[in-house]
Amino acid sequence: MTAADGNLSRRAFLAAGTGLFVFFGVDRVNAYQEPARLPQRVNMSSDLNAYLHIAADGRVTCFSGKVELGQGVTTALAQLLAEELDVDYASVDVVLSDTDRCPYDMGTFGSMSMPMFGPALRGAAAEARAVLLAMAAERLDAPAARLRAKSGVITDPDAPGKQIAYAQLVEGKRIERHLANVPLKPVVQFTIAAHPAARKDALDKVTGKGKFAADFSFPGLLHGRIVRPPAHGAKLLSADTSAAETFGARVVRQGNLVAVLHERPDLADRALSMVKAQFEPAPAGVNDKTIFDHLLKTAPPARPAGGSGDLAAGEKESAAIVEATYLNSYVAHAPIETHSATATIEDGKATVWVSTQAPFMVRGQVAQALGFPQQNVRVIAPYVGGGFGGKTAGPQAVEAAVLAKATGKPVQVVWNRAEEFFFDTFRPAAVVKIRAGISGTGRIALWDFNVVGAGEREANPFYEIPNKRALSAGGWQGGNPPGMHPFEVGAWRAPSVNTNSFARESHMDMLAAKAGIDPLEFRLNHLSDARMRRVLEAAARQFGWKAAKGPSGRGVGVACGIYSNARSAAMAEVSVDPGTGRVQVKRMVSALDVGWAVNPDGMRQQMEGSLTMGLGYTLSEEVRFQDGDVLDRNFGSYELPRFSWLPKIETVIVDNPGVPALGGGEPPIITVGAVVANAVYDATGARVYQLPMTPERVLAALRNKGNG
Amino acid sequence: MERTISFTLNGSPARVRVDDERMLLWVLRSDLGLTGAKFGCGEGLCGACTVIVDKQAVRSCSTPVKDVAGKQVLTIEGLGQNGLHALQQAFLSHHAFQCGYCTPGMIMNAYALLLKTPRPTEEEIARHMEDNLCRCGSHVRVLTAIQEAAGGGKGGAL
Repeated sequence: MTAADGNLSRRAFLAAGTGLFVFFGVDRVNAYQEPARLPQRVNMSSDLNAYLHIAADGRVTCFSGKVELGQGVTTALAQLLAEELDVDYASVDVVLSDTDRCPYDMGTFGSMSMPMFGPALRGAAAEARAVLLAMAAERLDAPAARLRAKSGVITDPDAPGKQIAYAQLVEGKRIERHLANVPLKPVVQFTIAAHPAARKDALDKVTGKGKFAADFSFPGLLHGRIVRPPAHGAKLLSADTSAAETFGARVVRQGNLVAVLHERPDLADRALSMVKAQFEPAPAGVNDKTIFDHLLKTAPPARPAGGSGDLAAGEKESAAIVEATYLNSYVAHAPIETHSATATIEDGKATVWVSTQAPFMVRGQVAQALGFPQQNVRVIAPYVGGGFGGKTAGPQAVEAAVLAKATGKPVQVVWNRAEEFFFDTFRPAAVVKIRAGISGTGRIALWDFNVVGAGEREANPFYEIPNKRALSAGGWQGGNPPGMHPFEVGAWRAPSVNTNSFARESHMDMLAAKAGIDPLEFRLNHLSDARMRRVLEAAARQFGWKAAKGPSGRGVGVACGIYSNARSAAMAEVSVDPGTGRVQVKRMVSALDVGWAVNPDGMRQQMEGSLTMGLGYTLSEEVRFQDGDVLDRNFGSYELPRFSWLPKIETVIVDNPGVPALGGGEPPIITVGAVVANAVYDATGARVYQLPMTPERVLAALRNKGNG
Repeated sequence: MERTISFTLNGSPARVRVDDERMLLWVLRSDLGLTGAKFGCGEGLCGACTVIVDKQAVRSCSTPVKDVAGKQVLTIEGLGQNGLHALQQAFLSHHAFQCGYCTPGMIMNAYALLLKTPRPTEEEIARHMEDNLCRCGSHVRVLTAIQEAAGGGKGGAL
């Protein structure tokens, strides 16, 4: 989006009516950051990205382009706003992810809502509070500095009984302000933020009243089903739709798109099953077993991802060398809500309700597909049934909108589970090779890390190692040579970092065992990062970690990592069935430093959720495929974590008010692969180098014990 | 076969003229406008579509509507008709959900358990809920919420 477009959209969203409006842009975030480095990630629009409004009825509304995916952003934003503005949490409404009502936002991912948006919202609320205090000073005839604000009412402590509510101050007026440099409250004074809050979306979700994209309906609504190829790369030759038409379905053909539509969703499915489609077969290609060699062969030249010192010197200082190759498979996002969209077109204006993490991006895609100017497309992301990085685009919105235009009717497109797997942007399969050396005194002298396929984030270790290098070739962000990854790959909860942390932390454990040092102590010996030391120590206290060199036979493990400036450590206890190879994780402790948590209970939800979800990529989840066909198409073969898998989960939030509030949706998941692998090693002496650690792979590792 | 199917839906009589092989989920969502039960997998593998038929939890995506003729069907919309049910209250106070998409199915399946076993052990709860999938990883809180609703619980999350 250009700056001019941004200004246009801003003009368009400026709400009419009275009240106090404060406009602010997230690019102003730097002015409000507490001292710490900002994560490098997103090019924010320079437009004013959001506003807050205080109405004459006392309701306070924050408008933001962020999306509620379940991560609790609605609640956290309301807390920050209530805190800085000194109003009751219950009086705050949060309007999210509606391109007509909310200002531009690039998307909801990367744990960025809190660090990037939070401080700007706080600043705007502080600005509004200052404006209201100045107005109250005039009305109450008292110096602003003397006045106190609480629960939306301003009082004069020196003149009991003299008070005025925010609502009275703004009544009948229209006041506009832009965010200026107003001091923020210190976190230690907070009474609403940094405290647990009741989720704003709770009632909607426990009653079933909360609407998701497929829950919108309109008179005449048609359900669209699209003829899909049997494999990636298969080209449609012909489609005989006559039986579907006889059945009563409408048919739309547009270029390569062949769709059947029916007013009942299940009958649209039936109509689709009647279509006889011929495809040119997909070319023979790789499968889930040959993929790793294929990645090594097709990867682009490796690029440096950090390092220091001299590898040759490191070789010389090393008394022992440990080398290993770590693998992980493609993993699906598998949100329980599949990609869904409901589109209407009326008087040349399209409105699409869509399950997406990036409604403004989808607006552009829909506008282009329809040939409409952007202002004639409204995209709304209602409640979204899980994203995890898999809903950063919205192809189903384009499909619904195109079919609505073609039929002149409202159209809903809901992918079935097979489509969800087939068109997912998987977490990439990857190969990590590490060559590391250890000195006679148990110091790491050499670290050479080479990742192919996953991406460079956190490839360079945070440990103190004099001679280290990280190289990365290809990744989740695109730009890979054609055919390297046989399907679309993309961000999957903490992209790159699950892969790189699994390899690094597994290898740290191998080095610790080689040196005969307790794996926690070995890590601390190589850590100067005070925040990382603290989360490790906090996890150890909670876990009751007892130092021992591995493998100790107890089945305990440790791992740690960094994501988006958050520090995350985990400890786990497992049991391994030597007969079946089945791993049961009995207990997990997660310790997390996200600066300060806006909603500590929400943070714990994210930690529990991350650990539980992480068990999937660790133990069972891998996408099987052959020649462009995705063989796992439903939950019968692609196994998500279940109730019986649950370990006892304990979460420790390590408060660090000197660091800005960071997002917590991703950091806790990055340690799960390694902490379980390390605990399996501690239990059995067998190292599993490949995720997921299926029973077969664990059995193979048990058989190979001692050979590697 | 197209015919009229009558059943009791959330305490009130319902009649639909439909192809009786159609699955209950779609009749509820599309013909009757009750969107609380969700589509997740279409094969009875995830539990997002769970509703109660004559006191049993069923996967409505895999239950032909002819099978509910003359029966009592209860959906999430019916559960909270007269104020929140204890399960809903417990899910709310423990934040036993994140995205909320699997939540109606979770609550309805838990409701079936409590009908049969009013004071289940934690293990019985986990076993009964095993085939309800949640991708956000709210499992720990779901177990706690069900325990509390069954009268054996701890306080809320906050």
